[in-house]
Amino acid sequence: MSAVTAPRSEKKPRPGGTLYRGYTGMWSWVLHRITGVAIFFFLLVHILDTALVRVSPEAYNAVIGTYKTPLMGLGEIGLVGAILFHALNGLRIILVDFWSKGVKYQRTMFWVVIGLWVVLMAGFLPRQIANIILEVNGQ
Amino acid sequence: MATDVATQAAVPEVQAFNITLIIRRFLPEIDEEARWESFDVEVYSTDRILDALHRIKWDQDGSLSFRRSCAHGICGSDAMRINGRNRLACKTLIKDLDITQPIYVEAIKGLPLEKDLIVDMEPFFAAYREVKPFLIANSSPEPGKERRQSIEDRERFDDTTKCILCAACTTSCPVFWTDGQYFGPAAIVNAHRFIFDSRDDAGDVRLDILNDKEGVWRCRTTFNCTDACPRGIQVTQAIADVKQAVLRGRA
Repeated sequence: MSAVTAPRSEKKPRPGGTLYRGYTGMWSWVLHRITGVAIFFFLLVHILDTALVRVSPEAYNAVIGTYKTPLMGLGEIGLVGAILFHALNGLRIILVDFWSKGVKYQRTMFWVVIGLWVVLMAGFLPRQIANIILEVNGQ
Repeated sequence: MATDVATQAAVPEVQAFNITLIIRRFLPEIDEEARWESFDVEVYSTDRILDALHRIKWDQDGSLSFRRSCAHGICGSDAMRINGRNRLACKTLIKDLDITQPIYVEAIKGLPLEKDLIVDMEPFFAAYREVKPFLIANSSPEPGKERRQSIEDRERFDDTTKCILCAACTTSCPVFWTDGQYFGPAAIVNAHRFIFDSRDDAGDVRLDILNDKEGVWRCRTTFNCTDACPRGIQVTQAIADVKQAVLRGRA
């Protein structure tokens, strides 16, 4: 009887138990939560800076002006990415709940969401990156 | 003798492997908290994780504790987390796993850990009992007859009759991990089995129980339960059916 020995892994096991691995359904839910919380904090700041226009237009312009930096440009990429995923996956969840075949096609719909996200980001990124480069050169 | 050799040659030798199992141990008499322990064990390609656990318990460390009864995927005793996903140890073939890496085995998550791979199932069964998982009928069948049901009516809840109450679905649910008050997929599956049964008359009672803050609306459709079910029950579909029934106000 010939026995094949499996090589030992170098990784240290986690003391608190392994992370549940799940499939696309669980990870889309995790992403939905993370993007949801991130968008909430953006909206909080966004409401405050927009409300400044009632204080004085000059104060509003000053604050909005500070956003026109390359760092904020990168942040905007994250923001658009988060909103697009949250919006598209939100439609997927609505279909899972209210379309009779939604549960059956949930995994396909997840990949459709990812596909649409890539297409929309591909349309947005060149323009945004060009703007960031302009800002870097302008300073 | 010649026939013996011939028979032996005809039966192909089953290949043996040395695999490493890393098991999350917890002995309440000794351990303050759970720890990982590694075991090397020789298994055949036809073996299951349960066989490897037996070999460890019988030949290496008798203190290793786990539940199992029928060992054939019917009793629902040996649900555990194998390589990070809930599976029945008796239905998981070692050859289907990546044996070049150690195999991680730990107790199911979200129920109190009692010892090694054994958890306290009481909160799970308490949720099951709460949905009244038994026939409640207002009328009796004709004397000497069974309650009749059409094939179409039987079909409505066929999927949810397969549940073996192993808790693989409930303990794969991220909502259940953080909120132990949630009924959990298994209780909803077993409520579904009676809500959509034409012979049962208490569907509205069960819909009312599940239209709770901790009822079907806690489901976030992560589909972990459907992926974990060893009987292939479309658990998330069953929960969706119950959600729709609550909205309609009837099964």
